[in-house]
Amino acid sequence: MSDVSEKQTESVIATDRDTGAPDTMSAFGRFMDSDILHSFLRSKVAVIAAIGTFMFFILAFTAPWIAPHDPFDLASISILDARVPPIWMDYADPRFLLGTDDQGRDLLSGIFYGMRISLIVGFCSVIAAAIIGISLGLVAGYMGGRVDAVIMRIADVQLTFPAILIALLIDGAARGIFGSLDREVFSFWILIFALALSFWVQYARTVRGSTMVEKNKEYVQAARVIGIPSIIIMVRHILPNVTGPVLVIATINLALAIVTEATLSFLGVGMPPTQPSLGTLIAIGNDFLYSGEWWIAIFPGLALALLVLNVNLLGDWLRDALNPKLR
Amino acid sequence: MLGFAMRRLVQAMIVMLVVALLAFTLFRFVGDPVNQMVGVETSLEQREALRESLGLNDPVPVQFWRFISNAAQFDFGTSYQFRQPVSDLFAKRIPATLELSFVSALFALIVGIPMGVYAGLNRESAVSKLFLSVSLVGISLPTFLIGILLIFVFSVNLQWLPSFGRGETVQIGGWWTTGFLTVSGLKALILPSITLGLYQMTLIMRLIRAEMLEVIRTDYIKFARARGLPDRLVHFRHALKNTLIPVITITGLQLGAIIAFATITETVFQWPGMGLMFLQAVQNVDIPIMSAYLLLTAFLFVSINFIVDILYFLIDPRLRVERA
Repeated sequence: MSDVSEKQTESVIATDRDTGAPDTMSAFGRFMDSDILHSFLRSKVAVIAAIGTFMFFILAFTAPWIAPHDPFDLASISILDARVPPIWMDYADPRFLLGTDDQGRDLLSGIFYGMRISLIVGFCSVIAAAIIGISLGLVAGYMGGRVDAVIMRIADVQLTFPAILIALLIDGAARGIFGSLDREVFSFWILIFALALSFWVQYARTVRGSTMVEKNKEYVQAARVIGIPSIIIMVRHILPNVTGPVLVIATINLALAIVTEATLSFLGVGMPPTQPSLGTLIAIGNDFLYSGEWWIAIFPGLALALLVLNVNLLGDWLRDALNPKLR
Repeated sequence: MLGFAMRRLVQAMIVMLVVALLAFTLFRFVGDPVNQMVGVETSLEQREALRESLGLNDPVPVQFWRFISNAAQFDFGTSYQFRQPVSDLFAKRIPATLELSFVSALFALIVGIPMGVYAGLNRESAVSKLFLSVSLVGISLPTFLIGILLIFVFSVNLQWLPSFGRGETVQIGGWWTTGFLTVSGLKALILPSITLGLYQMTLIMRLIRAEMLEVIRTDYIKFARARGLPDRLVHFRHALKNTLIPVITITGLQLGAIIAFATITETVFQWPGMGLMFLQAVQNVDIPIMSAYLLLTAFLFVSINFIVDILYFLIDPRLRVERA
């Protein structure tokens, strides 16, 4: 599964590079001059959201270097430090800015690492969902007929269910099938698989729609006339022309994927406590909410809320900026 | 009209058939039913006999047919965890989920519609902007986080409301239990239904606001104003009424989402409904409960979609003319 998806990502990137390569400089110039940049700089919300999102990314991906402690280093964790409150409260420990969790892990470091896992799962599942959705949408739109009908009926059926339910069901079924395997290794892949299968429909529908428009244009007909195989027409000729809206869906779905991942982890079917994502941290903290140790749940919760809010705002702006009707 | 309804009915049945096939695959091929029913010391011959008596050696289409006809009679097999018929387990928990979903939907409508009307009419006012910002936060916060925050504020700190369970319930008829008739039951409903309904509330508010902004600019509203009708009449009789069609569609579809998201809310509040049972089934790989839940929710969603389609048709006379 992973091999296939990697190869497909490579080919997607390769085609983008091929079409963009001859005039990289002028593409940059075009961007500096574009409506998008103009509208971005004029929108205060967009700039703030972009800076916020960027900061979260930096914090998450440099966690091993900037986090004050390593929550996975068992040698440095002491159970005696468990449930230390944040620094401004009584009985605090100056080593732990936001306090510690039930096992004595520094909460701030835990949040950085948790954000990292949340973002990695979010990105991977968005990419996987996009690959599935784009491929099926391309095939459905280009082939038409019975293939199209089957793919779109499946999409319709799936659209009647909320994504979280589908993710839960796939997760449960995967646990049944891979029950004997090591859960700590497979949780990550099961999670990405479940999220990808819950979110592919939107990409497929969008790409199918634009493909049906593109395939009747002259350049595609010309390519067909000179005998280029369908698969190459789809990947090299149509694909670069239908990927615009995909970017918007992907941004909005990143927020959705992060929320869904956090929810699954909170419900105990996502990331295991040994590799905690933000959702797992909140789930751990939830057990201590009643005994007064509120910080274990509330700080990761705030981090999650702010992260999602920023990505959402960015996605909203991108959707409006790329929508010609609103210009 | 009849033709339209029939077409929709056929589509709905195809969807149900596909879902039933999925549920059957889950039921039959994920996790061996026999392995779950026997102990370690059961001999191979006994296993084989059990397999034969359960009909697991029959051809797959025969088994699928048996699965469908059993499901149509509410027979979903025996739960692996509880060793009880799945249908009994569901019957016990359905009232809790339905009451919670109903109250949440009511909350979303009663709070969301006035907020949306206000924000649509007073576009520039500070309160409208506040409503919009709050709704953005409501959409960004995951359901479970809202639940935790509410518990933290109202149960742990203020100690006003209970944080788990249904409170005292009263039995009505043979099997329905209700929390509507006791004080503790009503109190227990407040936090979970706000948690569950908040997202739908923000959605309805934004929808009504957007529709109001559009309707208020139309000629018939200007005309109504020119006739000197009081604002109240113009806003509610003429404007609001015309915004309701998309609201009904969305509310109907969201009703399904509410029942699905009840899984999360029920877990946060330990609410003894179907969702909590489904989640425990996922955690413990209790396949019969999972496939029954899949079938039940699918049936619910498909029926809601069907009813909404028909309602749409009845409410909007323009649709009728076009199709006829």
